[in-house]
Amino acid sequence: MTRRHLLRAGSLAGALGAWQLLTAYDVNMWLRFEQFPTVAEVARTFGQRVGGGTYWQDLADSLTRIVSGFVLAAVAGVVVGTAIARSRFAADVLGPVLEVLRPVPAIALVPVAILLFPSNEQGIVFITFTAAFFPVMVSTRHAVRALTPVWEEAVRTMGGGRWRVLGAVVLPGALPGILGGLSVGIGVSWICVISAEMISGEYVVGYRTWQDYTVVDYPGVFVGMATIGLLGWLTSTTVEVVGRRLTRWLPRPEAREPAPHRRPARRAPRSASAPPGAVGAAPVASVGPVREGSPS
Amino acid sequence: MTSTTTTATTPRAAAAGARLTLRGAVLGRAGAAVLDGVDLDVVPGELLTVVGPSGCGKSTLLRTLAGLLPALGGEVAADGRPVTGPGGGRALVFQEDALLPWRTVRRNVELPLAVRGMPRAERRAVAARWLERVGLAGQSDTYPHRISGGQRQRVQLARALAGEPRAVLMDEPFGALDAQTRAGMQQLLIDVLDGTGATVVFVTHDVDEAVFLGDRIALLGTGRVLDVPHPRDRARRTDPATVALRRAVLASFDT
Repeated sequence: MTRRHLLRAGSLAGALGAWQLLTAYDVNMWLRFEQFPTVAEVARTFGQRVGGGTYWQDLADSLTRIVSGFVLAAVAGVVVGTAIARSRFAADVLGPVLEVLRPVPAIALVPVAILLFPSNEQGIVFITFTAAFFPVMVSTRHAVRALTPVWEEAVRTMGGGRWRVLGAVVLPGALPGILGGLSVGIGVSWICVISAEMISGEYVVGYRTWQDYTVVDYPGVFVGMATIGLLGWLTSTTVEVVGRRLTRWLPRPEAREPAPHRRPARRAPRSASAPPGAVGAAPVASVGPVREGSPS
Repeated sequence: MTSTTTTATTPRAAAAGARLTLRGAVLGRAGAAVLDGVDLDVVPGELLTVVGPSGCGKSTLLRTLAGLLPALGGEVAADGRPVTGPGGGRALVFQEDALLPWRTVRRNVELPLAVRGMPRAERRAVAARWLERVGLAGQSDTYPHRISGGQRQRVQLARALAGEPRAVLMDEPFGALDAQTRAGMQQLLIDVLDGTGATVVFVTHDVDEAVFLGDRIALLGTGRVLDVPHPRDRARRTDPATVALRRAVLASFDT
C-alpha cells in the first residue's frame, strides 16, 4: 500500500463515516438526515441483494446495454469524426445533420427510441449510443484536424497512400484526443442508460432503483445508486487504463509519473546522468532526464 | 535559374540517382507564387546545395520536387517524367521533427519499408542495419522524444535512406542543431550517402555548410549555379578557390 492508495481509501472511508454519523444521530440542521438510511442499513440491504440472483442479472443486463451502446458509439464516432475532418464532402453531407442533432439531449430521444425500435432493449442501446457518439465524434474531429502536417507528408513522400496515412498517422496521432472523447462518452452513456432504464427499462439497475423509490425502500434506492456509482467507476477506469496503455509513447512530465514513491531515488542521478544531447530536444523531452529502466 | 553554364562534377556513384529538372517553373501556393521562372537541372548522383536568404522559397522548391506542392506553371520532372504527386523514390528529410512520436526509433525506420510491402523480418534487419550505420543501434527501441535533437535527425536520415530513394531532398536538416553536432552530422551524411548513388538536394541557410557539402551550389536569390572546387574536403577549406566561392555566395545574398 503506497501513501496515495491509503489517501484514496481514507477519502472514501471519510465520506462513508460522515454519512453514517449524520444518519445514525438523525442530524436535523436545515438538511434533514432523519429519514436517511444509515450506511449500515444500506450495507445490510446490499448484502441481501448481492446474495440473490436478480441483482447480478440486473448488473449483467445494464452492463451489456452500456457496453454495446458505447462500443458502437466509439467505432461510429471515430469513423464519422475522421471522415468529417479529412473530407470536405463528408463534412458538407454529414455536418449539418449532426450539428442539428447534437444539442438534443440523448434522454429526450426516449420517445423516438420507443417509436423506432421493436423492443425496449434496442431502444436503450440506441440512447446510450447517441449519448456517447457525440463526444467521441467531436473530439475525433478536433484531434484529426490538429495533427502536425509533416507526419502525413513524411508518409506520403515514402509512397504511402490514403489508407497508409490513415492507419499510420491519422488514427495513432489522433488517439490521445479520441481517448478524451471516449472518457467523456462513457460517463454520459451511464447517465443516459440509467435514465432510460428508469423510464422504460425492465428488471435492470436503473429500473430497480426507481421501483425501490416508488415503494419507499430507501436503502434499496441507495443500493442502486452505489451500484451505478461503482459500475461507472469501473467502466471509466477501464477506458482510462486502456487509453494509457495505448498512449505509452506520449511524453509525460516526470512529476505525473505513476509510482511516485520512487521519486527520491530518481532525484539523485538527475544532474549526473542526464544525457548531453537531451538539452537540445523538443521542450517536452527536456523537462526531465531519460527514465532509466522505467517500465511505463 | 540558369544551370546550363555549368556541369556536375564527380558524382559519388554510378547513376542510380534521379535527374530532377525544373523548366520555367512557377512555385508556391495557389494565388501566392514564391518563385517564378525557375530553371534547374539536378544531375543524377550529385549533391546540390541550395542557399538563399530566408523566405526566398527554398522549402517551396523542395516540396515541389517532392511532389507535395504542385507547380503553378512551367515544368517539373523527375527522370523526364512530370512530377504529379509524392512518392516515386523521392525522400524528404524535414527540418522539424517529422518522426512519428508513437513509433519507436526502429519502427520509424521500418515505415518506408512497410509502405513498400517488405516482410516484417526483412524490414527489421534492414532497419537495424541503417540504425547501426547512423550509430543508433542501442536506441532502436526508444521513442523519439527520449533521444536528442541530433539523434532524431540521424533517425530521419536512416528512415529516408532505408527506403532506397533515388533522390533525397533535405530541408535544412541540421538547421536546429548546435555547431558541433552539425559538423558531426555533415560527416555522417557523407558517410551514409556513400554507395547509395542517390541524387541529393540539400537546402541550407548556412554558407559554410553549402560550400562544404555540395558538388554544386544553387543560389536561389540570383538564380545562378556555381561549381564547388573541392567538394567535401575539410582540409582544403582555406584554399583560395574555396574562399573565393564562399565570398561569391555571400555576395549573392546582398543583391
